[in-house]
Amino acid sequence: MIHLKGIHKTYGGASPLHVLKGVDLDIQQGEFVAIMGASGSGKSTLLNILGILDTYDEGEYLLGGTLIRNLSETRAADYRNRMIGFIFQSFNLISFKNAVENVALPLFYQGVSRRRRNQLAMEYLDRLGLRDWAHHYPSELSGGQKQRVAIARALITQPRIILADEPTGALDSHTSLEVMQILKDLHRQGMTIVVVTHESGVAYQTEKIVHIKDGIIERIEENLDPAKNPFGMNTQMK
Amino acid sequence: MIDLLQEIYSAIMRNKMRTAATGFAVASGLFLIIVLQGAGNGIIHTFEQNMGQFAFNAIRVFGGMTTKPFEGMREGRFIQLDQRDVDMLRRTFPNHVTDVLPSVSQDGLTASRGEFHATNVELYGTYPIFARSQAVEVLQGRFINDIDIRQCRKVMVVSKRTADDFFPHGQDAIGQTLNVGGIAWHIVGIYKTDEMSFNQANYVPFTTLATIYHKGPFISSLTMNVRGLEKEDDMERFESDYIRATSHIHSFAPDDRQAMWIWNQAKDSEQLNTARRILHTAFWILGLLTLVSGVVGVSNIMLISVKERTREFGIRRAIGARPWSIIRMVMLESVVITGIFGYLGMLLGILFCEWMDTAVGGQTLDVGVFQMQYFVDPTVDLSTCLMATAIIIASGALAGFFPASKAMKVKPIDALRN
Repeated sequence: MIHLKGIHKTYGGASPLHVLKGVDLDIQQGEFVAIMGASGSGKSTLLNILGILDTYDEGEYLLGGTLIRNLSETRAADYRNRMIGFIFQSFNLISFKNAVENVALPLFYQGVSRRRRNQLAMEYLDRLGLRDWAHHYPSELSGGQKQRVAIARALITQPRIILADEPTGALDSHTSLEVMQILKDLHRQGMTIVVVTHESGVAYQTEKIVHIKDGIIERIEENLDPAKNPFGMNTQMK
Repeated sequence: MIDLLQEIYSAIMRNKMRTAATGFAVASGLFLIIVLQGAGNGIIHTFEQNMGQFAFNAIRVFGGMTTKPFEGMREGRFIQLDQRDVDMLRRTFPNHVTDVLPSVSQDGLTASRGEFHATNVELYGTYPIFARSQAVEVLQGRFINDIDIRQCRKVMVVSKRTADDFFPHGQDAIGQTLNVGGIAWHIVGIYKTDEMSFNQANYVPFTTLATIYHKGPFISSLTMNVRGLEKEDDMERFESDYIRATSHIHSFAPDDRQAMWIWNQAKDSEQLNTARRILHTAFWILGLLTLVSGVVGVSNIMLISVKERTREFGIRRAIGARPWSIIRMVMLESVVITGIFGYLGMLLGILFCEWMDTAVGGQTLDVGVFQMQYFVDPTVDLSTCLMATAIIIASGALAGFFPASKAMKVKPIDALRN
């Protein structure tokens, strides 16, 4: 699904910052992966490159067999729309749109008819238990609800991969558990998910943990039975 | 399309204050430009109206007084025009003179009807085409016609003022008779009073007047319509040539310009046109400056709007909005706002012009010997209004396009971090 080879990224400026120093990573279809590292380790940059929100300087990135390199912004937008679902730490919902409109927005950019996309959006909101909040605006929702709206929005285009950037970063521990449970459920249904986090509690809910440090992958840890580790189900993550 | 409009509607409604500010800038800009243009037109129209009696290609000629001795004759001789002048003009300048029409006049007459009297009344004997050539506007009835000329009818066309004087309280003057110089004239038409002129001639058939007052071959003035003399040099040359030709008939010095009085309305009208053009341009420049300020207002607000929405655009791009779809949305948003408020401003401007028209338009300034209208028809034609509105809408679209396309140059991740 994802193939990274020798990815380098340097942020320019007065004192150039070499953030990624040759990252090789393969993620197979259906994997549930956490990219973990301290702040400044380059994990967010890596995720942004995976999400085609940012570019890389050197190396090779294949997403579902397509080389992602020097894309026009239009092509990039289409790939993001059809292949990637984003979940952000700060939810990134559009404040003047209600839940159902926010969820339906990606389909608007696919040219799906209004009725069809609102119907689909309602279905996804229903799956995430938010049917009754469908017409609430983000400011009228709790953090957990907002993140669930964002998850519904990420899912509605049936992407090949979900990229979550600190999805629990703005949530309390209880709500964090809920959100992680949703991601795990999605994984069980076959979704490929990549989570970026600095919290080991979150990371150990996934099945493969990529430790990143100073721009290179330190080690990759298999975590085949997340339920067994001390940070597993029904425990506090923080 | 409906989707897109809905998108725009929600975006517009999200920030009502800003929408209102943009709207106000646009509406007031258009309102001002239209009112300015209207007022300007009012002044220009007034100008035209008060000068409207000029026939733009006509030259009138009267006999003058010689100022130079010539062939044994002393200066100070009156030149009396006669039929030879008419024939000569027709013969000598076929390329430039299209019509020649002689007129006779008789002044110092007394007009009376019942208890009403007027002294120093002038009768002016002329031909049917005089009305066109001198831009006499017949309000009621008709002007002199060919049958009047042929049959030497005693018919008369009077000015509105004369008609009002002798037939007050809205009486119909047409078909009535008026006694002028002891002869009963039948009134067949009323023409629009020349407010700039103190003397209100009463037009009668040339042949009738010439016969009654035994004018013989003599005429008091002649009017010629000219063509092909647009350039000032050509006109000057024509006048010199004409005076030289006339000097042979009446025996005066060929360079004695005072021997003939030439009232060159074509030359006057040229100056008038220049003045009008300057006025027109001045008002357009004023209007365009107003428009520019409106455009700048819209651009500013769109700039801020796009800046404020950087994050929103980042979100939209992250979930797959193509740059063009966002640019198009911003442009349409801008067009919708400028369109609606521009239309509103245009409407208010037109209404205000109409109000000006009824309130102050057509008022007359009475300066005693003549009346002068000021502020005639202070309105703007619709095409100008629509053009101004179109310009502001188009600039609204551009004002949306540039900041939006600039915002698209930013990487989506940077937009999201905003």
